Amino acid sequence: MKDFIIPWDDADMGTPAREGPPVTLTIDGFDVTVPEGTSVMRAAAEAGLQIPKLCASDNMEAFGSCRLCAVEIEGRRGTPASCTTPVTPGMVVHTQTPKIVKLRRSVMELYISDHPLDCLTCSANGDCELQDMAGMVGLRDVRYRAPAGRDAANHFRTRDTSGQVNPAYIPKDESNPYFTYDPAKCIVCSRCVRACDEVQGTFALTIEGRGFDSRVSFGARTDDALASDCVSCGACVQACPTATLQEKSVIELGTPQRSVITTCAYCGVGCSFKAELNGDRLVRMVPYKHGKANRGHSCVKGRFAYGYANHKDRILNPMIRDRIDQPWREVGWDEALTFAARRMRGLQDRYGRNSIGVITSSRSTNEETYLVQKLARAVFRNNNTDTCARVCHSPTGYGLGQAFGTSAGTQDFDSVAHADVVVVIGANPTDGHPVFASRLKKRLRQGARLIVIDPRRIDLVKSPHIRAAHHLPLRPGTNVAVVTAMAHVIVTEGLMDQAFIRERCDWDEFQDYAAFVADPRHSPEATAMLTGVNPDDLRAAARLYATGGNGAIYYGLGVTEHSQGSTTVMGIANLAMLTGNIGRPGVGVNPLRGQNNVQGSCDMGSFPHELPGYRHVKNPDVRAIFEEAWGVPIDPEPGLRIPNMLDAAVEGTFKGLYCQGEDILQSDPDTKHVAAGLAAMECVIVHDLFLNETANYAHVFLPGSTFLEKDGTFTNAERRINRVRRVMAPRNGYADWEVTQLLANAMGAGWTYTHPAQIMDEIAATTPSFAGVDYALLEEKGSVQWPCNEAHPEGTPLMHVDGFVRGRGRFIVTEYVATDERTGPRFPLLLTTGRILSQYNVGAQTRRTENVVWHAEDVLEIHPHDAEVRGVSDGDWVHLASRAGETSLRAVLTDRVSPGVVYTTFHHPDTQANVITTDYSDWATNCPEYKVTAVQVRLSNGPTDWQEGYNAHAERARRILAAE
Amino acid sequence: MSPDKMIHMANQIAVFFRTQPGHDQARKVADHLTDFWEPRMRRQLHAHVASGGAGLDPLVLQAAASMKPPAVEAG
Repeated sequence: MKDFIIPWDDADMGTPAREGPPVTLTIDGFDVTVPEGTSVMRAAAEAGLQIPKLCASDNMEAFGSCRLCAVEIEGRRGTPASCTTPVTPGMVVHTQTPKIVKLRRSVMELYISDHPLDCLTCSANGDCELQDMAGMVGLRDVRYRAPAGRDAANHFRTRDTSGQVNPAYIPKDESNPYFTYDPAKCIVCSRCVRACDEVQGTFALTIEGRGFDSRVSFGARTDDALASDCVSCGACVQACPTATLQEKSVIELGTPQRSVITTCAYCGVGCSFKAELNGDRLVRMVPYKHGKANRGHSCVKGRFAYGYANHKDRILNPMIRDRIDQPWREVGWDEALTFAARRMRGLQDRYGRNSIGVITSSRSTNEETYLVQKLARAVFRNNNTDTCARVCHSPTGYGLGQAFGTSAGTQDFDSVAHADVVVVIGANPTDGHPVFASRLKKRLRQGARLIVIDPRRIDLVKSPHIRAAHHLPLRPGTNVAVVTAMAHVIVTEGLMDQAFIRERCDWDEFQDYAAFVADPRHSPEATAMLTGVNPDDLRAAARLYATGGNGAIYYGLGVTEHSQGSTTVMGIANLAMLTGNIGRPGVGVNPLRGQNNVQGSCDMGSFPHELPGYRHVKNPDVRAIFEEAWGVPIDPEPGLRIPNMLDAAVEGTFKGLYCQGEDILQSDPDTKHVAAGLAAMECVIVHDLFLNETANYAHVFLPGSTFLEKDGTFTNAERRINRVRRVMAPRNGYADWEVTQLLANAMGAGWTYTHPAQIMDEIAATTPSFAGVDYALLEEKGSVQWPCNEAHPEGTPLMHVDGFVRGRGRFIVTEYVATDERTGPRFPLLLTTGRILSQYNVGAQTRRTENVVWHAEDVLEIHPHDAEVRGVSDGDWVHLASRAGETSLRAVLTDRVSPGVVYTTFHHPDTQANVITTDYSDWATNCPEYKVTAVQVRLSNGPTDWQEGYNAHAERARRILAAE
Repeated sequence: MSPDKMIHMANQIAVFFRTQPGHDQARKVADHLTDFWEPRMRRQLHAHVASGGAGLDPLVLQAAASMKPPAVEAG
């Protein structure tokens, strides 16, 4: 296997790139031209001349502390640090004069005088900048000698020669599960502290003490790495030039010798990583500096939480059973596939062509998703295909499609660096999209202003060096009222961008819309009783968004997962069009996608009403394209969506399901209804890494492969198509696209793909927005953003620049309609759900990593007032009940939630938060209303009978007969 | 699907389109149902309308009257 490494220079240029007019200078006799503001260090690096350095790194501002990068500049006194000295025209720089060489050697000698000389056994051996620099400056001796009878003061010996304890020695901190902090090896370059501040934006690290006593510290003296504010993003570990902050995996496995660039399989940010390996043993994942989504940054999930790939729970052999009350029987692939194919065809024979369907995965690649929907359309010959995007961003698809004509975010992530006012609605980026959050926080620290619209006081509202200008803590379920009230302020106060509206939008529709929102019943004052939002704050927020410069809206599932999810998406599009915040850097409407390939799974035609590229199946011209490519007629009627499949199953007309990489039993609402639907089916095929909760109701289990084990592409929230590259062989024997092909062929499809590149070619041939995409282009460019076709051969970072995809932008009237899920005497509180940084979705992956140290169970956040009247104290077991079901979990008292609102996560099957959520859904798309459930909370003694019964059933359902 | 759920979902669609300007709300409801509801869901709707349509928003009834019931699945 040949590793593919994009041949771009990965070298550290020392200081960040600048933009500005060109400046020419001379370094060591070479003329160099760089943008104004560039450092001498970076200019030298551009010319291929490396200046020694220890404290500088091109992902953070110059600091000028290590003194190793000193240079001489003609006409200037002394030896300035090249990292902090900007270039000037005509400057003449010398980097290797005898004076400089001697100075650097002396500086290095001082560093090494307080550093252990255990290089051969050091975990950073071969990957240590201190070692490299000692070599580069030609250090040959350390002349500092201890005074007679005692050691020289140092930080690395535990005891001196007389056996006295060294008070300056601090033992290694191994509290973080993924990296160690060994103060004995620290050179106090401050790179870790600056990475935490500038790159991640958490400010967990600091330098305490002065001079020789300076030490890196995780906050208070009593804090270790785990107890501190550290979010384990890995930026400090990456920044550390020595073994001070080091991945435990490198300590255990040694320095990696090869690397493959690939894409993270967690959230919709889609970070690029270098998978670093020895042989097929993954040693570490390092964020790739040329990754355009993440620009060299990462979070705890992508950087460290990959251990699930080798977890003992992973199932590697196919299994079947006749009935779900039987134990599983391990069989060969042929037997499993024949069993599955025969059952599925048998169901179609008995119950009709439309009695079976598929669920594609938002975690699988585009190519795999494309094949699964093709399986439904070309082999099952129906449109019963849906995807987990149904339960997260289907309203984005519908809402933005109606307003703009295309169902995707308008910007790239780089755009946030040009935003002046950022509105975050129903999203919690520091937990859900952490790398984007770091980029956003960087911009906020530079002075951009922030408006948060969320029932909960999320971390962004107030965290170190970040404070939202406005937090509108709305009552769950009133998004439309709030967004419409903002539009009311903008229209009635005349803050619209009339020129933009006249030029770009449908003027008649705007007139209708303006008349609608101008009605006093939409004013912040009139709706305050309903929304709970202070009208003055709302007015101020609306004015700020309309007049504060580039306004960018980022939103998440707090917008979509409501009865009026689609309406809120349209309302957001209205706000952006009203204020002209579309079509240039720094503005836009940006859905933050949940899973890694939600965007891609939607693009690939996973929805039951549309073929790849968002084209309705009713259109004969679109069907003709696929009928020709696939050689079968395509059903012109829309198929069943996930909730409809379950309803039809309970009814007895939907009997078989192939579910790839999704755990609908845990992730979908109203668990009891999902279980009833699954139990009523006669053939459930689960294709996954683990025996997930859905597999408790499955008849066939097809083992899946991880993102490390296959080739393909993921499309992130900015429409960026990123390559996923196979770094090791699939432990289960087949990549997931091969498994789907085997199943299709067992049903007589006759597919002959031998590489995912061929599947992408088929996508490009049939789907206009992907027409220019192929693997060769992705190798060349690294990634592209669709649309990528003849009109945009290199992809499209910004959409709707000169006009909307649909022509004129549509203003759509957004009347607030209260959800029917209402509080009352029985269920007086509103439950809203979300997620947490260290865990991902149903937790199937992250629960099988060390990430559980941060979040071992789901807890219920409740306001102290609501807790007090119920006699609930912090940490108590509480019983949480809705009209749909009940569960128990521990309470955490916090004023992050308002009185009347409670909050939990859904990462753990022991809690099954979704047994509480109801079957109400978005009016347009059936996206479930996860974010509003009327509940009651009371003290309890522990898990409910339902939880215990569920766990007992799950344990029975997971029995596997030993192979004969 | 339970009749209550079907009625609730259909009425939600009607409630949205009723708020939209113009005079063709019933057609918009009918289009939405035809575009997004699988035939057996539409058949259930038509059957419910045929048996009196209790609980359905008048706009849904109007829309249903203009929709062609989907053909019964041919195996």
